[in-house]
Amino acid sequence: MSTPGKSRLRKMVYWGTHYLMIAAFVAFALFPLYWLLKVSVTPNDILYTEGVRMWPSRTTWDNYTFVMTQSNFPHYFMNSVIVSGFTALFTCVIAATTGYAFSRFRFGGKIIIVALMLITQMFPLVMLIAPIFRILAPLGLTDSLTGLIIVYTAFNVPFATFLMQSFFDGIPKDLEEAAMIDGNTRFEAFRRIILPLTLPGIAATLGFVFTAAWSELLFALMLVSSESASTFPVGLLSFVSKFGVDFGQMMAAGVLALIPACAFFLLIQRYLVQGLTAGAVKG
Amino acid sequence: MASIEITNARKSYGAVNVLHGINLDIQDGEFIVLVGPSGCGKSTLLRMIAGLEEITSGDISIGGNVVNDLQPKDRDIAMVFQSYALYPHMTVAENMSYALTLRKTAREKVSAAIDNVAGILGLDALLHRRPKALSGGQRQRVAMGRAIVRQPQAFLFDEPLSNLDARLREQMRTEIRKLHRRLGATSVYVTHDQIEAMTMADRIVAMYDGIVQQVGTPLEIYDRPANIFVASFIGSPAMNFLSGIYNVTGEAAAITLDDGTLIPVLATPNAKNGQKLTLGARPEHIDIVKSGSVPSVTANVDLIEPMGLSTLIHVTLAGKPVKIFTLARPDLAIDSTVQIAFNMDKTHIFDSETELRMPPASEPLSAQTD
Repeated sequence: MSTPGKSRLRKMVYWGTHYLMIAAFVAFALFPLYWLLKVSVTPNDILYTEGVRMWPSRTTWDNYTFVMTQSNFPHYFMNSVIVSGFTALFTCVIAATTGYAFSRFRFGGKIIIVALMLITQMFPLVMLIAPIFRILAPLGLTDSLTGLIIVYTAFNVPFATFLMQSFFDGIPKDLEEAAMIDGNTRFEAFRRIILPLTLPGIAATLGFVFTAAWSELLFALMLVSSESASTFPVGLLSFVSKFGVDFGQMMAAGVLALIPACAFFLLIQRYLVQGLTAGAVKG
Repeated sequence: MASIEITNARKSYGAVNVLHGINLDIQDGEFIVLVGPSGCGKSTLLRMIAGLEEITSGDISIGGNVVNDLQPKDRDIAMVFQSYALYPHMTVAENMSYALTLRKTAREKVSAAIDNVAGILGLDALLHRRPKALSGGQRQRVAMGRAIVRQPQAFLFDEPLSNLDARLREQMRTEIRKLHRRLGATSVYVTHDQIEAMTMADRIVAMYDGIVQQVGTPLEIYDRPANIFVASFIGSPAMNFLSGIYNVTGEAAAITLDDGTLIPVLATPNAKNGQKLTLGARPEHIDIVKSGSVPSVTANVDLIEPMGLSTLIHVTLAGKPVKIFTLARPDLAIDSTVQIAFNMDKTHIFDSETELRMPPASEPLSAQTD
């Protein structure tokens, strides 16, 4: 026996706890980002003197001005945009076509190719740096953005392919067969019928690859030595000098580097949400 | 519209042979139903006509032109899929006009064609909806409309009614049939449902194991099935089969069942005395009789299924289950015995080894060529 009042109370407690837990998790996940923002607007002279405070007594944009005008950051930033953008683009084109072939065609050696692609994902990256350097150096691809794009694309293609394949698997084969009977070639059917239906999948893949390339440090550090070809994660290290770390400027650069990733996800989020619930899309 | 000729068409996937040399002539304007259990190759054959599966060997021609190497888009055929295969990101109107726009048909012509077909199928109010917002029956109609708008050489249907509920299926069956009469288009229809085959076909092609078992009008197939498979597959409730030994003395022939029961049959010139045969009798060709009135045998009543219009009685004869269909409502008790008589003119005899039907001497020769 429960009175209406009692059950309402129980409901409130239930949902209260529910939201409290979500809020706690969100706070936990976003706190480092908040700290990044906080330090980036804290003037250098009070960074250490004020102790640990949730918000500094004075704020300043000096760190941002310095990063934008006095450092190499805008240059690193552009390099990162180029590398991540092209990596995402190339990976998606290759993964979409390969994923489609895996999903739709039966051909000799398919199992072997799938196995090889899986195997590439099993090696720790560190093991591969030396051989990759040896391959790229004679080709003049070390210390160049092109080299980075090639390496990132190669590393992202297997996973992106499997991701795209699962999206194609979710689209009935009948659809392109109907289009082929209606007057399309297979490629036209792919472009006009299948591709529009896979946009969520492509958006998810683009987002995944873009962020992976955007925050990659290991290869960027090892394969690139000159300032001119450095990407932003490498650039961040330049705020670490022999005698100290310029936290304010580093954090300001970090905040700025978040912008394109956020903008990119904002752009694709409409498709991404559909993509993450792909099973429900089938009409 | 066009005729379709299939000559010795084979299909194999690696070492697995799916179709073993299919020969079939489909006349211009004919409604052909390919029927058989799943895995018999009927859908594969349809997809080969459509161009969605390659032909391993043999020829398929549409309207006199061999189309073996033509892409589906160049065969000028329309297909209705079991899943309907409507383009989810297009409206009903866009779905139906897709093929026409690809052919660069003038816009006025396209909209006139769509209005016309939407009128025929009752889709006028739905033209601007997406497939997602349609019911199963409506989607089915749109799929039909998409095929009709094109005015193709031939229509191919791949189990188009399987996803509908029983009542809607019955309704669409009639509609497709009426539509065919109106358009007179050559149609090839695949189904595993023998009722669809019987009610819709001009001619039925019964398939099993990648081989055409029999081609004929529905009643030809029903009345003179070529073999045990066709006899058992077509007809509901299914035909009863009893195996026994053939005895003939002069004009009179009979089959002796395992327990010695004697069932009189029409003599067949192809069977030898003492040969092992299978007797086939449709449930409506077995009567419940009073003892002594006609030659009859005794069976045990197992179950009575009253269906209002008719009654289906399950009995056991010589240890084998036998079903009897009657329009009467006999007063029988379960576990009692009953006298049953086989309608000698309507029962079939099959060779137990080859499973082929052995026609009686009285059957006209022309009917024996199936």
